[in-house]
Amino acid sequence: MYSQKVIDLFMNPKNVGRIDNADGVGEVGNPVCGDVMKIYLKIENDRIVDVKFETFGCAAAIATSSMVTEMVKGKTLDEALKVTNKDVAEALDGLPPQKLHCSLLAEEGIKAAIEDYLAKKSNAKQEESEAKQCAKA
Amino acid sequence: MSRSVYLDHSATTPVDHDVLEAMMPYFTSDFGNPNSLHAWGRKARKTLDEARNQVAQLINADPTEVIFTGGGSEADNLAIKGIAYARKDRGHHIITSAIEHHAVLDACKWLGKEGFDITILPVDKYGIVRLDELERAIRPDTILVTIQFANNEIGTIEPIEQIGSICRKQGVLFHTDAVQATGHLPIDVKKLPIDLMTMAAHKMYGPKGVGALYVKKGVKIAPLIHGGGQERGLRSGTENTAGIVGFGKAAVLAAKRLANNENENEKRLRDRLIDGIFERIDDVILTGHRTDRLPFHTSFCFHYIEGESMLLRLDALGIGASSGSACTSGSLEPSHVLLAIGLPHEIAHGSLRLTLGKDTSDEDIDYVLENLPKVVESLRAMSPLGKRG
Repeated sequence: MYSQKVIDLFMNPKNVGRIDNADGVGEVGNPVCGDVMKIYLKIENDRIVDVKFETFGCAAAIATSSMVTEMVKGKTLDEALKVTNKDVAEALDGLPPQKLHCSLLAEEGIKAAIEDYLAKKSNAKQEESEAKQCAKA
Repeated sequence: MSRSVYLDHSATTPVDHDVLEAMMPYFTSDFGNPNSLHAWGRKARKTLDEARNQVAQLINADPTEVIFTGGGSEADNLAIKGIAYARKDRGHHIITSAIEHHAVLDACKWLGKEGFDITILPVDKYGIVRLDELERAIRPDTILVTIQFANNEIGTIEPIEQIGSICRKQGVLFHTDAVQATGHLPIDVKKLPIDLMTMAAHKMYGPKGVGALYVKKGVKIAPLIHGGGQERGLRSGTENTAGIVGFGKAAVLAAKRLANNENENEKRLRDRLIDGIFERIDDVILTGHRTDRLPFHTSFCFHYIEGESMLLRLDALGIGASSGSACTSGSLEPSHVLLAIGLPHEIAHGSLRLTLGKDTSDEDIDYVLENLPKVVESLRAMSPLGKRG
């Protein structure tokens, strides 16, 4: 039922693990539904310089995690945000229909991690400006 | 390193060499139709009668009480729909349990749509049907209780004698799906209060596509398949002679293993596997009952990881297992059995079943105990769940 690529990446996934002090962390899925994907990003100048994942789930969930992290590594945030679940599934030579939600999880995982990074950044800016205001006052 | 350890005997078993040898002539030289009057037909008829005796002997039934079918699912359907249609003038109420095989549950649900009233009994955390609930559920219009002998996913053996006695006392017919139990546990239908019982050859080293329904003398059922009137009119169609011969031979061999207490060795290996897993792996539970359990059956839930992943990693190491996780069922829900025994979804997703066979060895168990902890560890290292500190 799985393509050879899915099996290969499931057996030997790339980018497994965490990044300490990651710039963005995204967690999607739900243990109740049987899959949770956690994506860690290291970002420099709006470019993803490192990415790691931790996944609870089936072979397809682990293979899509590995594939999507490979696909976004080295990309700018804008480029990474354009990676769709279809791109991930195609790069894996397809997924069985009941496993397509795993590729959606991969797309959402990356987006959640980038959003986390952007939110932290804008918070930091806000705090900075608030701090300046405090200093003025 | 490249060892091959098949531990999915609840799914199916290999055909015994002696069984295959017994079957072979009936494909070629002795190919006659048992319903023909000539020599070829008479030979096939005689063989069929012998096989029926052999299957009947395994469960201490009369040969006329054995109806051959095209497998366990067909026998379940024949029992349930057959009773429903034969007794619909007496009542429309059927009782079953929440952890039945889909051949039983879905047949009942279909009858529910046809105007029958279905009660699905809950089970306790071990998967045992609550007898007080059964007693309370029986009504004057109840025509059938159908509860499995032993569960395929969690191995629990039901209190069949008590269940059957309650039914007898209330005058309600009792069917049991004994597909997992037949040939593996001693079953005597003269001692047990059972009216109908499902069996399947391929779960006891016989061929696929052959099953049987035990129908106690005097119990009337309606057929599902009409035609030439074979099997006392209850299952028309030219008999699968070779398959039935194989079932007969498998029954003889199973009876011999039971008489020699060979399932004690299976039980010893089962317990070695269970104890070994608990010694080596944390955060794991046994599903089903620890002792009221099929002698060849083990089933677990491993926290923080998912069943299909375990299954495929074990497969790559040459170990054949199965799982009741959502990802192996093709749906988004874990198995109905694991949910019925009260496991939360996230735990049920980590289910793994390892079912032993008559040829499983100590070395096979050693190999699993050496490799399963590594598989669990590698998947847990990848999982965001259950991380401490």
